[in-house]
Amino acid sequence: MMLSGAAALAGVPLVTAKQVPAEGDTHTGHGGPGPSPAPAPPASAANGTGIAHAGHAGFQGGSVPPERAGIDPTAILRDFDRGRTSSLPDGRTLREWDLVALDREFEIAPGVTFAGWTYNGRIPGPTLWAREGDLLRIHFTNAGSHPHTIHFHGIHRAEMDGTPGIGAGSIDPGRGFTYEFDAVPFGTHLYHCHQAPLAPHIAKGLYGGFIIEPREGRPPADDEMVMVMNGYNTDGGDDNEFYTVNGLPFHFMDFPVQVRQNALVRIHLINILEYDPVNSFHIHGNFFHYYPTGTMLTPSEFTDTVSQVQGQRGMLELRFPYPGKYMFHAHKTEFAELGWMGFFEVSPA
Amino acid sequence: MSTEARHRNRAGSGRPDEPRARRPLPRWLLGLGPLALIALVLGFLALLNGPALGSLGERVPPREEVVVEDVRLSPGVIEVTVRNTGPDPVSIAQVNVSDYFATFTQTRDTIAPLESSTVSVDYHWVDGDPYEIALVTSIGGKVIAEVDAAAATPERDGSFFTLMALLGVYVGVIPVALGMLWMPFVRRSTGPWVRLLLGVTVGLLAFLALDAVAEGFALVAGNSAFGGPLAVLLGALIAALLLEGVDAWMRARRRGGPGAAPRTTAPRTLALLVAVGIGLHNLGEGLAIGSAYAVGSLALGAALIVGFAIHNTTEGLAIVTPLAKEPPGLARLVALGLIAGAPAILGAVLGASVYQPSLSAFLLGLGAGAVAQVAVKLLPMLRDGAGRTLSPATVAGIIVGMAVMFATGLLVQA
Repeated sequence: MMLSGAAALAGVPLVTAKQVPAEGDTHTGHGGPGPSPAPAPPASAANGTGIAHAGHAGFQGGSVPPERAGIDPTAILRDFDRGRTSSLPDGRTLREWDLVALDREFEIAPGVTFAGWTYNGRIPGPTLWAREGDLLRIHFTNAGSHPHTIHFHGIHRAEMDGTPGIGAGSIDPGRGFTYEFDAVPFGTHLYHCHQAPLAPHIAKGLYGGFIIEPREGRPPADDEMVMVMNGYNTDGGDDNEFYTVNGLPFHFMDFPVQVRQNALVRIHLINILEYDPVNSFHIHGNFFHYYPTGTMLTPSEFTDTVSQVQGQRGMLELRFPYPGKYMFHAHKTEFAELGWMGFFEVSPA
Repeated sequence: MSTEARHRNRAGSGRPDEPRARRPLPRWLLGLGPLALIALVLGFLALLNGPALGSLGERVPPREEVVVEDVRLSPGVIEVTVRNTGPDPVSIAQVNVSDYFATFTQTRDTIAPLESSTVSVDYHWVDGDPYEIALVTSIGGKVIAEVDAAAATPERDGSFFTLMALLGVYVGVIPVALGMLWMPFVRRSTGPWVRLLLGVTVGLLAFLALDAVAEGFALVAGNSAFGGPLAVLLGALIAALLLEGVDAWMRARRRGGPGAAPRTTAPRTLALLVAVGIGLHNLGEGLAIGSAYAVGSLALGAALIVGFAIHNTTEGLAIVTPLAKEPPGLARLVALGLIAGAPAILGAVLGASVYQPSLSAFLLGLGAGAVAQVAVKLLPMLRDGAGRTLSPATVAGIIVGMAVMFATGLLVQA
């Protein structure tokens, strides 16, 4: 009788899953000083917002309430950090920020804890905003448990590039460094850690938006926001279990992005997704003008879908002609149904 | 120490006045004392969380080992039963079905070591499609359950159990009964032919034992919750010992006293032991069929039933061959047939209703041990006039027995 072997193969897979939390979050050779991580969120299979998803993919119990998750994607949308400004003798503006690398746990899905590495305790990190030509100083302190850097996308000298082995290179736990460069070129950019091994240093949360406004400014928008597309690899494999925009899966399903009818909406869209080659953005019931990398003043495309590889970004401008709720999501259904989808809610003008 | 000194010591301790001064402690206290002390020490260790050892586990992340024991599908719902086989508690926090986060309920929010939980996932699965169900744990780990081709798991109602019972009759009772129709042929056979047939019986019993062990191992591959392969081996050992005990008891009874027990087993006892062994084996076989059918991995076609019938007919022959020289009455034959065949009914019903891999593996082990023990018991009957057990005829019989079982076994590879 050779039957039950077949049964085991076909219908009753005996799968052993041996997991440890992803590399480096508890056992580390770098016992760096610095503030202790934020208290861990409850690890039970807790409920989320409790908002029903009416036929969409979603977590049992809805997305995690932002205050419990430790991430508020809605607040991140319009949170542009312009830094501390002062005037230089030559009349230019000096902008300064303090960025601190911190280990911190987040509850990214009801009951699922993610041991993240952050800039200033948030994923994505602060969106730094500057005007073209400003002098920028970013005072970086590493209060994490591993060496880190900040690598800015922009035009600057090699030693300010945040690359290990060049200039200050890797910043060890407990150490710091001030990155200094000019705000050029204008556009929608990003920054991230460039410490090796690079994939976990990015994927664990060390990234953020970096917006440089043209010197002459852009036509004023009624509503300007940043959307950082990311993912979470929670089991240490080579793929992501969760996908999000601004850090919390399914958040904008439960808390739609509030916009007004006919208002000019400008979105800085940045893809930092690790482990997957391409990400995308699609909007329902509307089209947008797309400015690749935001480095030109005229759009290159009028479309409803764009794709971006890791590090690619661009600017979207659109107006919603009708009130109502409109979905937006990665036009890669897998990402969408694993968290990267949401709604715009357009209120009548 | 020199011999002399030892002598002196022994002599010293043997002085009548010294040890007799205190009354010896009662025996039960000597037995229970260490037990109480062990409990006390372990209690303190547990209470104090392993003094000075607490920091050992501090930096060790929790280890999550979870095995999938059962997957059942009904319209719009996928039920996955998992068991925690690791040392740390595990919480299933989210479920994604082929890259789609789905809502679900579960019987346990936190699964302690060795506990199981059934996760019911709301998902409109499509007939025939493959699925990968990932249970995401609270630390982000994934437990994967795979469905090769989705099909509704049969409802477990009255008609289902009737069907399972009927299945047991088809694959257990009827083939064994048919096999026993060789009784007259066996009875009329002469010595060498009987020995050949007994060889065939030994061969097929040996095959059944090996097959059951292999099957049991396959069932618990990667599932160490309850000992894994040990469950099979212990089952086999227990069955063999039990049958050996029963055999010894029956031999003692036959001659009216333990001292005068005969060295060999009576043919009718042997036939009974063969029937019991095959019955245990068919219990395991029924379990496997029932569970395979219940999880939708087995299509019960006529070909399969015929295959089983051919495969199991030989078992009937195995029961009657020891009785060549001692023809039994019809009632006894029927009883033997039922002992060997009817457990398949019980197995099929059990397998389809309460499937548990480790338990099934243990039962398969029991069957293996039983048939192996019986095969060994039969060996003395193979002896020919010259006292040889392994004569050309018996060796040929053993090989034929194994070959027939192997060949007919190919018919039922579902």
